[in-house]
Amino acid sequence: MSDVLAVVEHRRGSLRDVSFELVTAGADLVGDTGGDLHLAVVGGDVDAFAEELSLAGVDAIHTVAEGDEFNHDVSVQAVAALYEALDPTYVLMGNTVNGLDYAPAVAERLDLPLVTDAIGLENDGGLVVTREMYASKVESTVEVDADRAAVTVRPGEWDAAEEPGEPAVEAFSFDLDESQVRSRVTGFEEVGSGDVDITDADVLVSVGRGIEEEENIELVERLADALGATLSSSRPIVDNGWLPKDRQVGQSGKVVTPKFYIAIGISGAVQHVAGMKGAENIVAINTDPDAPIFDIADYGIVGDLFDVVPELIEQFE
Amino acid sequence: MKILVTVKEVAEVEEDFELDGLRVAERYLDYDLNEWDEYAVEEAVQIAEESDDDVEVVAVTIGPERSEETIRMALAKGVDRAVRVWDDALDGVDLLDVGAKTRLLSAVVEDEDPDLVLTGVQANDDSFGATGVSLASAIGFEWAAVVNALDLDAEGGVANVRRELEGGVEELTEVDLPAVLTIQTGINEPRYASLRGIRQAQSKEIKPLALSDLGLDAAAVESDLVLTDVYEPETESDATYFEGDAGEQAAELATVLREKGVGAQ
Repeated sequence: MSDVLAVVEHRRGSLRDVSFELVTAGADLVGDTGGDLHLAVVGGDVDAFAEELSLAGVDAIHTVAEGDEFNHDVSVQAVAALYEALDPTYVLMGNTVNGLDYAPAVAERLDLPLVTDAIGLENDGGLVVTREMYASKVESTVEVDADRAAVTVRPGEWDAAEEPGEPAVEAFSFDLDESQVRSRVTGFEEVGSGDVDITDADVLVSVGRGIEEEENIELVERLADALGATLSSSRPIVDNGWLPKDRQVGQSGKVVTPKFYIAIGISGAVQHVAGMKGAENIVAINTDPDAPIFDIADYGIVGDLFDVVPELIEQFE
Repeated sequence: MKILVTVKEVAEVEEDFELDGLRVAERYLDYDLNEWDEYAVEEAVQIAEESDDDVEVVAVTIGPERSEETIRMALAKGVDRAVRVWDDALDGVDLLDVGAKTRLLSAVVEDEDPDLVLTGVQANDDSFGATGVSLASAIGFEWAAVVNALDLDAEGGVANVRRELEGGVEELTEVDLPAVLTIQTGINEPRYASLRGIRQAQSKEIKPLALSDLGLDAAAVESDLVLTDVYEPETESDATYFEGDAGEQAAELATVLREKGVGAQ
């Protein structure tokens, strides 16, 4: 029998999608071992969140009414207290920016082995986790050589739970040690609200690391002009300062859903794909036939962008 | 003030590769300093340069002797000295889990007694993305993960940071010092090493430390995680591929684009 404690996430008044995916991952993990799936909701409008999370497969929801927004110091203490109270076999958290801001501290404090960024979980007399290594080039399975574990799951890998259920909702209180709350969230800011809105474009020509040099950006700019398209990019281009932040597609940038997304020299790291997989048509141009971008592409050209793009420009100029 | 920066030599896998048991065959690996660590190093060096006080920047790595060449690149960019943790007990370990890394780095922190620790958000090889925050918890420091702007107020005892959340939103957070901050790419522009820097780096110290030097034994590197399989992910592409030379490929793509009304005007 394995009980699971899954910790949901919210930001600025809304539950994050990963919360509902954690329910699915947790329910799978509990499986038919006869264990219970517990959810923890820490902070925010906990009652409203608990109602939204009253889903099939969830046995109990524990609400911790402590603060409006995520604070890692509060989350660590709350989850540790819940762990002591519930004694679960596995603690599941989101492999998100906030997940990675508290999950490692939870694991360290509770002396639990930690496996991050899980894309597959199996409970087969022990926990077996599938995860990626080497920038998604290699997949691996990792066996947890311990009775208990903390795991963070990659957003988007499990389906969101939707079916309503009737879990018990219980307010959980614990003594928050204020002296250990040593960070304060003072605000939020939207970034990159420049004059170009890539989320509004019908056609995006998007450039990645394969462009190699700043001076080569001009080449894809010309293609975008010829196609009447808007230029966007993957993260490294923005990190290098070659394009402004408001052009960045991906997890930390914008989520786009254009009619055509033409990915040029973009390998298709999971963080990038999270921002563009909803495009109607995806074209990938890349030298590496094994690049993950081809897994989600509708049209593919395996070739050197410096050969293909000039030819393409000629077709349209 | 002393800043400790964790750095790691990571292997990048070539486009075509073969596996050798639970590893990628050595000949397909290119070693370099972890990308995120480049930014952490730059951030530390900039803090040192901009401070009126003496700031010492110390790099710490867990890695075999081979990694010294890579670590020396950090020294060439302004890091004052480095500490390299390695031990026979680490030879042949397939996967060092977050707990083991935390135990090793905690011992180094105890030795060095830094005021600030900077790490990269994650390492590009095993990609746990967890060591910095785990370390903070172990050594009793405050922390912030995925920092893409840092304004250090050492006198006031706080760091004002921005954390890069998903979806183009940044969180503004005040973090009490001492702290561990995990640094995101793009926070600064990492410099290239100057010739002078490279020359100076040759005489900077990289101190090797074995487990016994840190008051630890082999139990410290025992991992709770066992790597049981490594394989190439199945490609699931059902894309229509355009074949031929670049001209032919471009022409076929152009036909599809025009059919769907792109660039038709």
